[in-house]
Amino acid sequence: MLQDKDRIFTNLYGQDDWSLAGARRRGIWDDTKSLLARGREQIVETVKESGLRGRGGAGFPTGLKWSFMPKETSERPSYLVVNADESEPGSCKDREILRNDPHRLLEGCLVAGFAMGAGACYIYIRGEYFHEGSQVQKAIDEAYEAGLIGKNASGSGYDYDIYLHRGAGAYICGEETALLESLEGKKGQPRLKPPFPAAVGLYGCPTTINNVETIAVTPEILRRGAEWWTALGRPNNTGTKIFSVSGHVNKPLNVEEEMGIPLKELIEKHAGGVIGGWDNLLAVIPGGSSVPCLPAPTCNTILMDFDSLREAQSGLGTAAVIVMNKSTDIVDAIARLSHFYMHESCGQCTPCREGTGWMYRVMTRLVRGDAEMEEIDTLLDVTYQVEGHTICALGDAAAWPVQGLLRHFRPEVERRILDYKKTQAAAE
Amino acid sequence: MPKLTIDGKEIEVADGMTVLQACELAGVEIPRFCYHDRLSVAGNCRMCLVEMERAPKPIASCAMPVGEGMVIKTDTEKVTKARQGVMEFLLINHPLDCPICDQGGECDLQDQAMAYGFDRSRYQENKRAVTEKYMGPLIKTIMTRCIQCTRCVRFATEIAGVEEIGLVNRGEHAEITTLEQAVGSELSGNMVDVCPVGALTSKPYAFMARPWELRKTDSIDVMDAVGSNVRIDTRGREVMRVLPRLHEDINEEWISDKTRHACDGLARQRLDQPYLRNTEGRLEAVSWAEAFKAIAARFQGLGGDRMAAIAGDLCDAESMMALKDLMTGLGSENLDCRQDGARIDASSRAGYLFNSTIAGIEQADAVLLIGTNPRWEGALVNARLRKRALMGGFAVGLIGQQVDLTYPYDYLGAGPESLTEIAEGRGAFAEVLEKAERPMLILGMGALARADGAAVLAAARKVAERFGMVAGDWNGFNVLHTAASRVAGLDLGFVPGAGGRDVEGILQGAEEGAIEAVFLLGADEFDMSRLGQPGQGPFVIYQGHHGDAGAHRADVILPGAAYPEKNATYVNTEGRVQLARLASFPPGEAREDWTILRALSEALGKRLPYDNLGELRQRLIEANPVFAAVDQVEPAPWADFGKEGAMTAAPFVSPVGNFYMTDPISRASETMAQCTEAFGLGAKRGATGTDG
Repeated sequence: MLQDKDRIFTNLYGQDDWSLAGARRRGIWDDTKSLLARGREQIVETVKESGLRGRGGAGFPTGLKWSFMPKETSERPSYLVVNADESEPGSCKDREILRNDPHRLLEGCLVAGFAMGAGACYIYIRGEYFHEGSQVQKAIDEAYEAGLIGKNASGSGYDYDIYLHRGAGAYICGEETALLESLEGKKGQPRLKPPFPAAVGLYGCPTTINNVETIAVTPEILRRGAEWWTALGRPNNTGTKIFSVSGHVNKPLNVEEEMGIPLKELIEKHAGGVIGGWDNLLAVIPGGSSVPCLPAPTCNTILMDFDSLREAQSGLGTAAVIVMNKSTDIVDAIARLSHFYMHESCGQCTPCREGTGWMYRVMTRLVRGDAEMEEIDTLLDVTYQVEGHTICALGDAAAWPVQGLLRHFRPEVERRILDYKKTQAAAE
Repeated sequence: MPKLTIDGKEIEVADGMTVLQACELAGVEIPRFCYHDRLSVAGNCRMCLVEMERAPKPIASCAMPVGEGMVIKTDTEKVTKARQGVMEFLLINHPLDCPICDQGGECDLQDQAMAYGFDRSRYQENKRAVTEKYMGPLIKTIMTRCIQCTRCVRFATEIAGVEEIGLVNRGEHAEITTLEQAVGSELSGNMVDVCPVGALTSKPYAFMARPWELRKTDSIDVMDAVGSNVRIDTRGREVMRVLPRLHEDINEEWISDKTRHACDGLARQRLDQPYLRNTEGRLEAVSWAEAFKAIAARFQGLGGDRMAAIAGDLCDAESMMALKDLMTGLGSENLDCRQDGARIDASSRAGYLFNSTIAGIEQADAVLLIGTNPRWEGALVNARLRKRALMGGFAVGLIGQQVDLTYPYDYLGAGPESLTEIAEGRGAFAEVLEKAERPMLILGMGALARADGAAVLAAARKVAERFGMVAGDWNGFNVLHTAASRVAGLDLGFVPGAGGRDVEGILQGAEEGAIEAVFLLGADEFDMSRLGQPGQGPFVIYQGHHGDAGAHRADVILPGAAYPEKNATYVNTEGRVQLARLASFPPGEAREDWTILRALSEALGKRLPYDNLGELRQRLIEANPVFAAVDQVEPAPWADFGKEGAMTAAPFVSPVGNFYMTDPISRASETMAQCTEAFGLGAKRGATGTDG
């Protein structure tokens, strides 16, 4: 269990002052100049050593990502874009950072931006986060006033601007390249890769897109050192992580914990346990709506980190734990997620545009059981036809929940079909 | 030059190519819907998925640049499965209306479904329906068939330069939409071609024919002087449609809407038998022999200086040659092929050609447009200018009418004053031209077809010389003609001989009674009233294919062939000799034009010395050797041309006031009339009283 001394987000719950004065009390903006004085390479090196992996869902090594940015500054400026378009159902961790600890993010923006040679940073925040956006904007204004960012940021001699941009609430704009399109004022549709944003990103310039949490933890890693960070969690899954626990638990919450904490411990210790007791647990979606669910038996032992969840054919995603107890209609729950993906598909590429609707429609019939037995395999086949064939990862995200359902709860689906046939026959 | 392996075959390709292009080179066909050679890569149909070694997922080959040592597999089970999956997705919401779809038989989706489709559907749900969109009189939409490949959107924004089409909404609700008005582009018909399915089809051609019923003939377009390469599809005698044919140096693979859709005019207002004006002043159908007899009677004893010939805009080289030879034989020097009165100097070929060539526009870095609206006078020249402008580093200056050219330009002024300013090196644009390495100018008929045209031509020559537009192998002096026949006419010397009269002189002579017989070879574009009323002015012979202005004035009408109805030679504005082929036969008694003149020559006792097309073409080559080099552009030597002199202050006005109606064929076309109305280019019609 994470000790208080290792906690980064000390104002996660907003009990303290969010503003600059409070932030300074919590150690933010403390001699940022000396962090920058270490130089670009050193910062990137430290982040690499720490093994920090992106907190936005994919878990790509952050230091490596930064190192893709051009070493020499050319005519084309470089940009850091912070993805604050937190839209994954179940995920609400960035929100707490944005409204209760915005300066931690801003300091991270400066340090990370400096490390990759970016001249400016854009924070793309989802439109629904109105209050959060206002908080961040106030924090940006404070930071400018205090000389922490802007010309000669924090006295480092480095000029650095931070801009806040509000999105309009499309899930797809959380996909990094769709986010860039949206930021450029275009329709939010993912770009083709390659070229990757590090080569051709925002306005055609080298760009790195990072999640809010990833950026927010970096100054602390630099201050305390990579060893401190690697000592937390498990190898290749280091550090701390904010978990959002929601659903059928007694006390839904966001909590910062060590990576690799057992799921059971997370739910029992922090979230007050499953409603109706651990034995009443049906399934858990461990990383936000996009990842396949885990059945109760797996939840007994599973550790919450990238690698162990992947071994269980699921994923850590954004670490948004959705707990479902036995009162849940699991088929209906997944059908609802299918509806979400159908609704949020951008419509650009064929498999996702056509496949999400198909999946949703079959799912709604499966909820009632109004289907033929072979349609289960057809549905599964459709998910495989979507998965991996799309421009962005939304296709995969739409396919996985259904795959998870059919992997672990196929008997339930089959039972419904048989029941439905029985009632139909009886009615006749 | 990266080397990669495709299906076990090693191949070396140029840098910057995509995997799809490399596969094509390796002889592997990759199915695709959204990918188009000339449009930006969208990568959204996902049909072109291939397997790449070390990639966890199949890749979209159209969007993946080649890399050294790539190993690509296109024939694996995984690839086939992926494509079958995509095909299934495309078909679940595609209506099964192939039997009534105009794309049937030439539909990419249909073709690929043969390879990757399945004989039944696993999709049990209702299909999606999408509301139709209005795209004007040329494009019919059946949006339910749309597969959202966005080719039309990309064509409109990138090639046509009109941002009027887009993809709206998300997911399943995504649909292509317009502004609910006719697409404001003269290239809109190409969107029908790029559409891989039957979502956009040709409205005038709707339900007219099936592709396999059509006979396809490669030919040349004459609606402007660009000389677009076209394919004419006929069924029986009727021209059903005109489609573009690839020619990288001219039209790439596009054609203008007039080229494509004026063809319905070929079936209307046709002259299908000879006519003779009788004593009551009415035109009466007669036999060929009677028509020739009447002409011979009038020409009897008429001196060559009292007769004249004017060639129109759609004439082929052969008929102009024959007419010239005939007139010369009759002792007349009163010939002109410049019926608009353009003061073009026929003495120097460089002075009337589009010397840089159309493809050469892509090499230029600055252009000065003088008295031209290339968008309407040569739609594909404008498309090339736009293409160049999009590449960047291209300065465009315009003297003339301020019109939307689909790319930005500096407006320099309306008339000759601004040209003088440039010629004297004044103004900011003169500096731009000074600095440019390969500057060019495009001189339109709006600058030449005026009384001071020769002086404008000379001023333009001075500009070209001053700014180094003619240097080494670069010649940036360009004349953009509007008449398909013009360059051939000039090359053959269909201009006044020694002491001969030009168009203005002929018309003046007619008014004064000095000219007693005028032969109009398809000439319709000048003020016929100057030839007087029938029976009062000179004796007018009209040889052509449409009952247009010339035929109305004529005393004798000789029915000729329109461009798809003859084997003929045309020379485009670049000076490129091209051969049009006979796609259908002229209606009724109408004949190929040169044969009419050959027959007439016999009736007049001045027999022309050629009995077949081959001999006539030999005569062409004899008259001007350029006719021997088909589809080639011979650089023309630079020489003095034009006549320096005073220029009036009158602004340059483009001769094309209505793009959709410029010649007898397009004026007879119902489709072009609809376009004229849709774009508000025609005369305003009065209210009918029932219009609300």
